Amino acid sequence: MLELLKNLASWLTSPAQWSGPEGIATRVLEHLEYSVLATLAAAVIALPIGLLIGHTGRGAFLAVNLSSFGRALPTVGLVTLVFLAGGLSVWPVYVSLVALAVPVIITNTYAGMAAVDPEVKDAAKGVGLRGRQILWQVELPLALPLIMTGVRLATVQVVATATIAAYVSFGGLGRYVFDGLAQRDLVQVLGGAALVAVLAVAADLALGGLTRLLFRGRPAAAR
Amino acid sequence: MTIEWGWFPDHADEMTRLTADHLATAVPAVLLGLLIALPLAVLAHRVRPLRGFVLGASNILYTIPSLAFFVLLLPITGLTRTTAIVGLTAYTLVVLVRNTVEGLDAVPVKAREASKAMGTKPLRTLLTVELPLALPVIMAGVRVATVMSISLVSVASYIGYGGLGQLFTDGFQRNYPTPVIAGVILTLLLALVADALLVTVQWLCTPWRRGTSRQRTSKLWKRA
Amino acid sequence: MIKFDAVSKRYPNGTTAVDDLSLDLPEGGVTVLVGSSGCGKTTTLRMVNRMVEPTSGTISVGGRDILEADAAELRRGIGYVIQQSGLFPHRTILDNIATVPLLLGWGRRKARARAAELLELVGLPTDAGKRYPHQLSGGQQQRVGVARALAADPPVLLMDEPFGAVDPVVRTQLQNELLRLQEELRKTVVFVTHDIDEAVRLGDRIAVFRTGGRLVQCAEPAELLARPADDFVADFLGAERGLKLLSLTTLAEVPYAPGQAIRADEPVDKISRDGARWRLVTSPRGEPLGWLDTDTLPSGGTAGEARLEAVRALRDTDSLLSALNEAVSSPAAAVARVTADGILTGLTSRDAIHERAGRSHAEAGRAAATKETAPDAPATKNATLRKTAPTAERPA
Repeated sequence: MLELLKNLASWLTSPAQWSGPEGIATRVLEHLEYSVLATLAAAVIALPIGLLIGHTGRGAFLAVNLSSFGRALPTVGLVTLVFLAGGLSVWPVYVSLVALAVPVIITNTYAGMAAVDPEVKDAAKGVGLRGRQILWQVELPLALPLIMTGVRLATVQVVATATIAAYVSFGGLGRYVFDGLAQRDLVQVLGGAALVAVLAVAADLALGGLTRLLFRGRPAAAR
Repeated sequence: MTIEWGWFPDHADEMTRLTADHLATAVPAVLLGLLIALPLAVLAHRVRPLRGFVLGASNILYTIPSLAFFVLLLPITGLTRTTAIVGLTAYTLVVLVRNTVEGLDAVPVKAREASKAMGTKPLRTLLTVELPLALPVIMAGVRVATVMSISLVSVASYIGYGGLGQLFTDGFQRNYPTPVIAGVILTLLLALVADALLVTVQWLCTPWRRGTSRQRTSKLWKRA
Repeated sequence: MIKFDAVSKRYPNGTTAVDDLSLDLPEGGVTVLVGSSGCGKTTTLRMVNRMVEPTSGTISVGGRDILEADAAELRRGIGYVIQQSGLFPHRTILDNIATVPLLLGWGRRKARARAAELLELVGLPTDAGKRYPHQLSGGQQQRVGVARALAADPPVLLMDEPFGAVDPVVRTQLQNELLRLQEELRKTVVFVTHDIDEAVRLGDRIAVFRTGGRLVQCAEPAELLARPADDFVADFLGAERGLKLLSLTTLAEVPYAPGQAIRADEPVDKISRDGARWRLVTSPRGEPLGWLDTDTLPSGGTAGEARLEAVRALRDTDSLLSALNEAVSSPAAAVARVTADGILTGLTSRDAIHERAGRSHAEAGRAAATKETAPDAPATKNATLRKTAPTAERPA
């Protein structure tokens, strides 16, 4: 075990391992590219849907159960399926990652909207705000903390799952995991895994910091 | 992409076997997860300083790619089902611990105080008042953990215990989509059935909540 | 100002919230809608600003059918205060109050200035404006709720159990504050409560609803208390409705006799033992300090140093009910009357108060009877505690 950790440390710190087209730096960037693009695409799809469901109250059942469905969808199966259907392209990666993230964001967005105090919405309507004004000026700001939680959760899941890109012969940190498996190189597998975990935690912390920045000055009770 | 419907009846036995195999990994994982998560969560709920540590640690477990986790366990538990189960258990922890802590947090102070005031000992209060009242939130966690585990079992196909996930590897290697589709559909079905079962269990376990939540929600929407 | 004409509200599930309501609310008065829960009072209120749409009938505000106006525009012209205040938790107090002026396009600076003005009007310190709602107490939040409703100076104010969630002491303060504001602003206020005491205290008129959304009686508080339309109203008003009626009559018309008071600095050995046993001791300025028992005078010192029984001096604006209370507890069987500044003017005996209380009851009953037979005759109204009087009256 100690030997393994020693080897892992030298694998992670060797300069040769970090440079070049197959170096860690490149893999991290590739991994980030898949993750960021997939999360952004998922947010673009999921946010309007979640906000609409939350604002109108229609489709709440869908919003609540969608996340269950999303979790039930086996990512490996999905990526294999899209790969077999569409051939060698980066699409299977994005389709699976977006499919993973969309339900999480929709569910949390809806939950945030549903958690807005009905008295506050009633008052907003009562003083003469129109539907859209209630959405933008009252519901969205109050739901934003939970929406951000959803985006954070989705990001962590996407970063951790983006390893599947390597499964269908693309890059990212998953390369080390799959190559290591093929070559029976445990150190490489663990190195890749550790890097993914660090990246996921870093992404989570970065988004957490962004959230705090967004709600700077706002009292804790309204967060 | 074509689906060969004839494949399904020809492989009914295999699908049944793989489904059973799937459950044999997923179910123990959730149960083991609960066994670890409940005491951990009670501890994190009671001892405030531990809370951040426990929740943070279970969060980090969640960020490790599932495949790597199985590999990491290989030197310890080898190519066995135990590896698959322990790996999945680690993933269930994040949800189970967090939901149990939140559930306990949400127990009305008055209920806890009332129990204490009647002279109930802390452990008894925990078992007869706090846990039952926290049950809906805990069960929500169990549902998520179960569905997640069922979906993640397929990753363990690399070590030979993937259950329905074997169908993905099979289809991938032979460039043959039908078993992959079958695997995806069966996994989904299994997850949804398990979820429905858990909802029923929860409904049976919490008679005091029946017929309230929906009314409350609809009232909420009428006002909004 | 607000007119309900055969208004009904039925829900698809068959329940009737409001049943064939016709009611005319005069301009500048406080109309309180009371009744037990589920009687349609809140629905009635919420129909005025179209938070609830009536199933049939018409409602007009200021002579205009509300269904003709755009709902949001209509609401901006009507102040709306709800229980728990419904403040926006993510906006500062000042921004909360400025909501409607901003919606009306006043411009940020003007809206803020107006908000600051209102903050003062409702009795909150200027620095509260920069805070967030949850940093304020429940009573303060409710004041902000009133300020927000008043921001665009709407002629009509709808208040849905606004003081229902605060403790009794704060509630009384808020009620007084509302009466003070109303004297200044003279809005047409519709106020919903299930608390009959609050209704009697605030209302120029009280409309009693019963389950099923039927209006049973709408009358001035004194008339309602003196002549409830039926057993339901009488039950709702409670066993103390006679006393409640006394709370509406002031002491102003009750005569007093010049009392012989003893100054606090008078030595006790100078006090004559003749006359009444209990004598009122006042400060050198003339403020009542307490009752002195001349049977148990100490051997030395001044009157102010002797043991005194507590006195609660009453002003002309105090109610007959509080006078009755003081008369019952006073050892001298009399109440001390003072000017607005608290200087003794004289004493009124317990008997005089009892007599006035009985007469007040009979008068209220007679006044109500007169109005029933001659609806257009000007009502002979008691001097009431109310600071605003309805400008027009119509029978219910």
